[in-house]
Amino acid sequence: MKSAEPLPLVVIEPTRRLAALRLGELWEYRELLYFLVWRDIKVRYKQTALGAAWAILQPLMTAAVFTIFFGRLAKIASDGLPYPLFSYGGLLVWTFFAQGLSQSSNSVVGSAQLITKVYFPRLVIPIAAVLSGLVDFAVALPVLAIMMWYYGIWPGVAVLAVPLLALLALVAATGVGLWLSALNVEYRDVRYVVPFLVQLWLFVTPVIYPASVLAPRLQRLGLPAWLWGINPMAGVVEGFRWAMLDAPTSPGPLIAASTVTGFTLLLSGAYYFRRVERSFADVV
Amino acid sequence: MTDIAIRAQGLSKLYRIGERQPYKSLRESIMKGLSAPFRGERSCAETIWALRDVSVEIGLGEVVGVIGRNGAGKSTLLRILSRITEPTAGRAEVHGRVGSLLEVGTGFHLELTGRENIYLNGAILGMKRAEIQRKFDEIVAFAEIERFLDTPVKHYSTGMYLRLAFAVAAHLEPEILLVDEVLAVGDAAFQKKCMGKMGDVARGGRTVLFVSHNLAAVQALCSRALLLQAGTLVAVGTVQSTVARYLAETGGRPASMEDLRDHPGRTRSREKALKRVWLEDGAGRSCSAVPMGAPLHVRFSFGSSRPIRNPGFGFGIEDGTGRRVFSLNNYMVPSDANTFATLASGEALLEVPALPLLPDTYYISVSVVEDQREWVDFVERAIAFQVHPSDCYGSGKIPEPSHGVVFVHGSVVVEPAARDRDAVTGGGGYG
Repeated sequence: MKSAEPLPLVVIEPTRRLAALRLGELWEYRELLYFLVWRDIKVRYKQTALGAAWAILQPLMTAAVFTIFFGRLAKIASDGLPYPLFSYGGLLVWTFFAQGLSQSSNSVVGSAQLITKVYFPRLVIPIAAVLSGLVDFAVALPVLAIMMWYYGIWPGVAVLAVPLLALLALVAATGVGLWLSALNVEYRDVRYVVPFLVQLWLFVTPVIYPASVLAPRLQRLGLPAWLWGINPMAGVVEGFRWAMLDAPTSPGPLIAASTVTGFTLLLSGAYYFRRVERSFADVV
Repeated sequence: MTDIAIRAQGLSKLYRIGERQPYKSLRESIMKGLSAPFRGERSCAETIWALRDVSVEIGLGEVVGVIGRNGAGKSTLLRILSRITEPTAGRAEVHGRVGSLLEVGTGFHLELTGRENIYLNGAILGMKRAEIQRKFDEIVAFAEIERFLDTPVKHYSTGMYLRLAFAVAAHLEPEILLVDEVLAVGDAAFQKKCMGKMGDVARGGRTVLFVSHNLAAVQALCSRALLLQAGTLVAVGTVQSTVARYLAETGGRPASMEDLRDHPGRTRSREKALKRVWLEDGAGRSCSAVPMGAPLHVRFSFGSSRPIRNPGFGFGIEDGTGRRVFSLNNYMVPSDANTFATLASGEALLEVPALPLLPDTYYISVSVVEDQREWVDFVERAIAFQVHPSDCYGSGKIPEPSHGVVFVHGSVVVEPAARDRDAVTGGGGYG
């Protein structure tokens, strides 16, 4: 060989103990990750007539329906914010999470062709599926800015926390996505569980209603209000409204709890995924 | 030490039968889990060793062929070495970056343009973006798709698609390349181009492991070969000796008739349309051996579940080294008697009035094709026959293998120069 540098040595043998995460290898394949994200986005926008508009229409229409039924008719509290703004703000991050979760849970099964023909760290697949949702998020964000301008609401210093909260949503979606995508290879039931799970999850997340509705009830039971943060999206959605819309809440403990569960999901998901990925090519 | 590229020790792979499509449903797993305590030992699923205790060393820069029947474990070996699947037991050390080419066009997306797919496919195969950019023009030129670069590949013809897919793959530059049967696609011109490119790769000092059914390609490209049989490695050696062993063991003995319904040589098949093949001599008697220069009739019966459009029936004759000696099909020699708009079943007959082959064992492959292109059924080396020496020229001088591959009828005329002619015709001029 032309170069004097020693050739990399790869040892192939059956994995016996808990598989290592091999994050270094993941980093080596970052360009593949980039191309897969790029492909997902390109194909999604190419195949639809409205393209990127869907990223805005989905949360916007949902917010409109929520405003009519929950805001006007049921008169649900909204932390003093105009209800359309309140629900669109929550739906924005929620949609990113829900899309990421659904896309990634089907991603490994959907990539059977690749998995059986080429080697690369399989973790790239569900991660790419979640990441491609970031573009939709970025497309829908300016609409929130327009609504804020319309209602005359300006964010405070807390707006600096927005990227961190988006990251937490990413972490949570990836964590759940890793679990579900790996389970989906062995149990195709997952495909039916996911829409159901997303629907239920929406109701236990403060998207339609504020966290302040539930906090007194928890306290009456003698439980701390932050306990709800076990749902990682509770901290994200509540925190996002606080950071972006300057909602008069103090979601600190909630976010802290959500951060813990979010990262727990991510780590456990990654380990589980690595543990079962060795049989993907044989089963998928 | 460092001159070894791949060292495999006791590589084995166990598959549970039907493990390929059999995702469990959650209900089954739960039920199994619940009932397990009551059944004692868990019943063992039926298993199969796709690969069994394979140990081999491959030197740096060696080009090694892997041959064997379908299901012998060739692809499993490649899949393990390229880390797509894990071995059940054993260990392999691989020195250098591995590029695997188990299929052309892996990860191609129909909605994306040719240009976009080059980048995507390149990244999937393990190329860096800078590397793809550097080779982009070369890839496009090799694929001959300049004008369609920005057209989605769903509008490409099959040929263009394959050319592009192979072009990307062919420009991979890992130290070790694992190739599985990718040359078995496309038309003859394309295959020739692929072979040329593979030859360049092989001579470029890279280590190549090449799985193929095409024995001629293996012999042209490789110096050594491995023979796998039912998961075990049965021979390692020079490509000639391994191929000869493979043919001797799997080609079958000369026979006057072979049942094709479960023939192991079936490689490309939509359905098992080929039923039976048999040999007859010039008088219509069944035979498994013919003398040189004698007539030979090869006949096969076929039956398809649905009528085949513009059906093609092909015969290919290979010699003992796996080299194709000649082929004939009804598209090459069309006539009213062999051309049909549609046909579902019948018999096809190859008539050779005088077989121009030297003494050896020969193998006949038979095929049924739909509309010039699509394989209905193909059985490789379906039947073997022997050619006996005979005094084909009536002179007692019988051509032998050192004389070539075929013999022809012709004459040798000698015209002496004018001066010598006088001497010859003058007769007795010396006296």
